[in-house]
Amino acid sequence: MRLVNGSVNRWAGRLSRHRRRPVAGAVLMLFGLVLTGSLYAAFSPAQAGSTQSNEELVEEGRQLFLVGCSTCHGMNGEGVDTVNGNHLGPPLAGVGAAAVDFQVGTGRMPMVQPGQQNPVKPESYSQEEIDALAAFVASLAPGPAVPEEADYSTADLSEEERVEAIARGGLIFRTNCTACHNFAGNGGAMPRGGHAPDLSETEARYIYEAMITGPGNMDNFSDGNLSPEEKRDVIAYLYSLREQPAYGGFTLGGLGPVSEGLFAWLVGIGTMVGFAVWIAAHTTRSSKQKDGQTA
Amino acid sequence: MSDHPELDGHGDHGDDHGLPALPPDEPIANPGLPAHTWRPTDVDQAAEKRAERQVSALFGLSAVCAVLFVVAYFNVDENQTVIGLGAQTVALGTALGGALLLIGIGIIQLARKLMADHEIVEMRHPARSSDEDRDATVGQLFQGVEESGLGRRPLVRNSLLGAVTVLLAPAVVVFRDLGPTPNQVAKEQPYLGAGLEHTVWAKGVRVVRDVVGTPIRPSDLEIGDLVNAEPETIFALDEDGEPLLEGVPLQVAKSKGAVVLTRMDPRDNTPGKGREDWDVDGILCYSKICTHVGCPISLNERKTQHLLCPCHQSTFDLADSAKVIFGPAARALPQLPLMVDEEGYLVAQSDFREPVGPSYWERDSQASTTE
Repeated sequence: MRLVNGSVNRWAGRLSRHRRRPVAGAVLMLFGLVLTGSLYAAFSPAQAGSTQSNEELVEEGRQLFLVGCSTCHGMNGEGVDTVNGNHLGPPLAGVGAAAVDFQVGTGRMPMVQPGQQNPVKPESYSQEEIDALAAFVASLAPGPAVPEEADYSTADLSEEERVEAIARGGLIFRTNCTACHNFAGNGGAMPRGGHAPDLSETEARYIYEAMITGPGNMDNFSDGNLSPEEKRDVIAYLYSLREQPAYGGFTLGGLGPVSEGLFAWLVGIGTMVGFAVWIAAHTTRSSKQKDGQTA
Repeated sequence: MSDHPELDGHGDHGDDHGLPALPPDEPIANPGLPAHTWRPTDVDQAAEKRAERQVSALFGLSAVCAVLFVVAYFNVDENQTVIGLGAQTVALGTALGGALLLIGIGIIQLARKLMADHEIVEMRHPARSSDEDRDATVGQLFQGVEESGLGRRPLVRNSLLGAVTVLLAPAVVVFRDLGPTPNQVAKEQPYLGAGLEHTVWAKGVRVVRDVVGTPIRPSDLEIGDLVNAEPETIFALDEDGEPLLEGVPLQVAKSKGAVVLTRMDPRDNTPGKGREDWDVDGILCYSKICTHVGCPISLNERKTQHLLCPCHQSTFDLADSAKVIFGPAARALPQLPLMVDEEGYLVAQSDFREPVGPSYWERDSQASTTE
């Protein structure tokens, strides 16, 4: 107890010593200002984004675009071609806000280096900045908009409708998506070093955006191809897969015979070989002799 | 040197005649088997008893596991889970694996600790039989041929050969009747689109989305869209409201009629000779069945318009009459000629002009596909 009292007294003493310093007043005032400002920002009902007009958002997006994207996509999103006639960055007129939200929101853009496929990485822009970029790109030409949550959410369906949606989504997924994304949505290899991404962690919004914009080598699934309800059902099915326990045991990535065969060869046969080596390496011999015999 | 008397002997012999030493018959003396060492279970009665109990305990535990398998089979609910895995699968696998593993461990322990373990020397010997045995065998064979009289009685021999040949006829008749031949099916048309050379596609049959069965207008599709489609016939109802196709004919129609519909910029497409009017504003329709071994293909690379078969990586260029550009497939994917009906929906101009799917014996691969 005395120890605690002692340390509290010492701390209070040090504080009161600092209080007498000349800068103490200025520091205290700064602290008060910061505190008031933070509290105001935290509790104030006004939101900066909602008061910002679309023109301002587009202008903010344009500034961000000039700094971060124009090297490859051109100053006005017109695209830049290489000397071979390939795109350094494709033209962005008509790709829509959804494509920007998908590419930048999943970290695929800005690209680290040109290549067959753009890897997913931690995103470089905040959601507000992504919205501004999307507004700028959407202002170039009409294109698919960022979907509303109501487009892909099954929250307002009854339990029975939800089950039906999942079943229908499964049929549509297995017909249209499994060729590349694998029967369990775990992704797969594509020609020339590409791959179809694993869908087991992807957010519903990004799955929806990928379907309407067809990123990279993926086909479009525009509303005339798969209706918005059908897209919602596919997402409901993919989400239902995530909740499903692995009734058949370890899924080993859900990749089928490749990972299962590898497991059987390496772990299964490896264990047996290890077992055989262990058996042979341990002798059962004794240095003793049978009664009545000598060495 | 004194350990090897034979070696010394040879050496002496060579020296006597002033000649170099002959190589010894056995340059290194056969050391023989090392002295046998005993196992604890051989020399210690208590250890032997202990090993006996241990092995029988392993076998006993294996039996317990086998019983547990049966118990788990009837008592663990298949919907129950344990650490995210199916509880029944885990229980059955552990019990059966345990039962087999314990028998294995028991047998190995038995062999290592209790079975006799004296060393055995087995000498090699030639695989060839002795000349006497060979002569006796050949003699008996000739004697058998002689005594059967087949060589001297050609009537008997020929009638036997004839009887055996005619015996093939029942086999041919029975196996031939196992099912109709492809030619019979094609001629009789027992159901719509029967036979290897036909599908249910025909003039005016709408192209509908697979699974949902809704018809498609050209304006529904954007450039870059890929639709997995089927003929409307497989979703159609007859006048009584019953499905037009059911059971096997439905499955046959579905599998042969499956198509992919893709829309590309018409400038990207190079239509084949005679196929100039087979697309509708860059909307092209190809059979989804690979011409190699018949896998359904819809793995499309949008940027290159290459359709890739996931089974053996045959790659077809959709912008160039689906010609094979890589892989084991021998022929391009059959193309379905498209047009638009009065209501504005995409329909077929006709059936495929060539059989869909893998090659087969009677198929005329050289036939023109565009007339």
